[in-house]
Amino acid sequence: MNTKEHATLAENFNKDEERVNWHDGSLWWIRQKRDKIANQTPQWEELREAASAIKSNVLSNLHDYLLQFESNLQKNGIKVHWAEDAAEHNEIVYSILKEKNITQMGKSKSMLTEQCHLNEYLEERGIDVINSDLGEYIQQLDKEPPSHIVLPCIHKRKEEIGELFHEYLGTEKGLSDPTLLTRAARKHLRNVFLTRRAALTGVNFGVAETGEYIVCTNEGNADMGAHLSEVQIASMGIEKLIPQKKHLGVFLRLLARSATGQPITIYSSHFRKPRPKQEMHLILVDAGRSRQLGLVDFRDSLKCIKCGGCMNTCPVYRKGGGLSYHNTITGPIGAILAPNLDMKEHADLPFASTLCGSCSNVCPVKINIHEQLYKWRQEIVKQGYATNKKSLGIKIMSWTLSSPGTYKTTGKVGRFVLKHLPFVLNNKINPWYKQRDMPQAPKESFDEWYAKNKDKS
Amino acid sequence: MSSREKILATVLHNQPQLTPLPDISIFKVHNQDIVQKYIDTFIGIGGKIFSVESIDAVKILIPENFDITKRIVTTLPELTDVAELYSPTADPHSFQDVELAIINAHFSVAENGAVWLTEPVMGHRILPYICQHLAVIVSATSIVSTMHDAYARIGEDEYGFGAFIGGPSKTADIEQALVMGAHGPITMTVFIIK
Amino acid sequence: MTVGLFIPCYVNQFYPHAAIATLQLLQKTGVDVVYPPKQTCCGQPMANSGFEYLTEDCNDLFIENFSAFDYVVAPSASCVLHIKDHLHSQKNNEQATLLRAKIYELVEFLTDILKVEKLEACFPHKVGIHHSCHGLRGLHLSQMSELVAPEFSKPQYLLNMVQGLELITLDRQDECCGFGGTFCVTEEAVSVKMGKDRVNDHIKNGAEYITSSDLSCLMHLEGILHRNKSAVKIIHIAEILNSTL
Repeated sequence: MNTKEHATLAENFNKDEERVNWHDGSLWWIRQKRDKIANQTPQWEELREAASAIKSNVLSNLHDYLLQFESNLQKNGIKVHWAEDAAEHNEIVYSILKEKNITQMGKSKSMLTEQCHLNEYLEERGIDVINSDLGEYIQQLDKEPPSHIVLPCIHKRKEEIGELFHEYLGTEKGLSDPTLLTRAARKHLRNVFLTRRAALTGVNFGVAETGEYIVCTNEGNADMGAHLSEVQIASMGIEKLIPQKKHLGVFLRLLARSATGQPITIYSSHFRKPRPKQEMHLILVDAGRSRQLGLVDFRDSLKCIKCGGCMNTCPVYRKGGGLSYHNTITGPIGAILAPNLDMKEHADLPFASTLCGSCSNVCPVKINIHEQLYKWRQEIVKQGYATNKKSLGIKIMSWTLSSPGTYKTTGKVGRFVLKHLPFVLNNKINPWYKQRDMPQAPKESFDEWYAKNKDKS
Repeated sequence: MSSREKILATVLHNQPQLTPLPDISIFKVHNQDIVQKYIDTFIGIGGKIFSVESIDAVKILIPENFDITKRIVTTLPELTDVAELYSPTADPHSFQDVELAIINAHFSVAENGAVWLTEPVMGHRILPYICQHLAVIVSATSIVSTMHDAYARIGEDEYGFGAFIGGPSKTADIEQALVMGAHGPITMTVFIIK
Repeated sequence: MTVGLFIPCYVNQFYPHAAIATLQLLQKTGVDVVYPPKQTCCGQPMANSGFEYLTEDCNDLFIENFSAFDYVVAPSASCVLHIKDHLHSQKNNEQATLLRAKIYELVEFLTDILKVEKLEACFPHKVGIHHSCHGLRGLHLSQMSELVAPEFSKPQYLLNMVQGLELITLDRQDECCGFGGTFCVTEEAVSVKMGKDRVNDHIKNGAEYITSSDLSCLMHLEGILHRNKSAVKIIHIAEILNSTL
């Protein structure tokens, strides 16, 4: 069994059922909070439809919006850079810092920079980066990637976090009270904000019309870093654009409600011009996005506003764990973005789903996630990434089910085996049988009953 | 070909046929009592509210509710009795010991409790974030219903930095336990002036 | 009107009583029901595993068997959904298109086409409805809990006509059971956990029977119930709607 595959990782996660129940319960509670506030928001479904339509327009006019955005950013005094891939993005960040002899940086939440492995790149070159979002900071201390794009350490118990803080921040051994732990982090990270000359943020939305970008947080860490910095860098995926400022009304009403059930994140910061004596940079990053734009069946996944709602509702995510997706972006949206980036590495992800469709229903921009999961499966098999065992099994199934005679015989054989030779199937090799009984064999199939009784009724 | 040119060329080649923007003027919410809605929402988020007749009442409430032995800074000349008037030329780092910052907002939003600030009312960008406690003065007549109304109000204002602030900073990253006071202020108090 | 009865492969082999109940229920409403004997499968197991391209022969066999009828009815939401979404044929595309429009799952056929208003049925037990995802989010047999939209439920509407039946309320009304086709064996751990959680929700809320439009879900839940020696039973909705004292 491949230890890097979702099924194996999720199986390991399930070894501790109490923990799974806790993880599942936490995320379901967030889904319920989302439901509650959605039902209190007038025209909720129309808002989703409008957001989806705005993003469709953006993707259909992305070229011109990018040029408009760049031009306005420059007019506002923000330096614009373009990065084709992760390596180029990292080089650009490094060169900006090197130019100013900066060796320390604070970073607020940015899944893009996580995908680019920016921290490791900079550390190899003597630049220390600290993630200032509390959840990401905890994950950084533990040398583990985030398991959820909005709630990075949702899989960790407070006792585990307490142990980390005892080791790295010198808090009392055994301390696990969330408020006291948060206060310890507040104190430590405050010093980071005050002493670091560079701050990097992600971008939730870039407005083409005005050349400004918006960063949303609950903690205030992006602002604490940015407003004390000499150099402020924003890393932005090219798909994060919206056409006009008024569209922010739609997206800011949907984002936090979909993510955590809040009406808005505490801080929604609109950056437009540098402060006096400050330099602002924005890096527009492609890293596979322009390619995804060209995939007709999969381009709509670029509409994603990274709310994490799909993860909160997905039963496979809740009961299998986020780290089981072995990808920066986890959950249902991760499963439809990752195969474009590396199909070999992530061929298992579209199969880590029952295609229940709950994700598509909560998505604020109405991405047809479950349909894309189905379509990726076809793509993956076509490109030869299905396992040999599965291919052979399916081909036999296809041949059997195309022939009525073979089908009836197989059915009869199956029932005979179940009834008279149960040990053939009731054993450790049969994965069904591990925790479930096999269905019982009836004495005759419907075909057989019908043949006998059809003239009676 | 530079990366910029390559990216733009690929995007142009791959983008689908143009689809139109939707009409978002359909989103309207009418509030029976918009001030009450704002108050209820802001308190629900964990903020504190005082409804007052004038700014003079604020002068009395500050020493009653905050530790005036610590550093209190304001952008409002009317409040220099109870607070130090901020210096526009101060280095942002110099505000690190501010216990309470008192500023006013352009307007606030009933559906989520947020106030809208730009540099002229913040004084310094860092001030509403670095203080331990934040107090904001809001006029009752400036409260708008939704974010759509908010952006209509903001219009084409060419601020250098603008912010919605919707309550005290918070996190639930540790076992979903809500903790007030992450990296920004630990509390937020709004004074609504009728 | 003539109705072609489509009985999914596993229903045919393992749950013939559900098929019999479906046949008898339709006959009771006065419909002329025919069961084409050469039918096999809708092709879903292959397609969901990424092998949609291998379902051509299966599709053609389906078209051959069922084109002649006014409607095709099946006691399986997932099979019906698959046909509705994915029935294509290079040889017979026109027939495929027509078929996709006239295939119905049993519950929706009763409520939307036959517009049944009463049933002579009796089932004096506490029953929990398991909304299969294909039936719920695919065929819209009931309102989905994620959407802000008016409540409705076609299975509940029919079950309310059954004498003596008491419907229980679940903690999570429409969470997936974890069957998911080959998922049930390729992701066994999560699949079983999902099934256990559904079963526990029904048990906690007092169900004696768990019913659904999908026997695939019920087969999976039954496997868990039997392994854990539970007294709770599964039953296809056709058998409840067709039951008398």
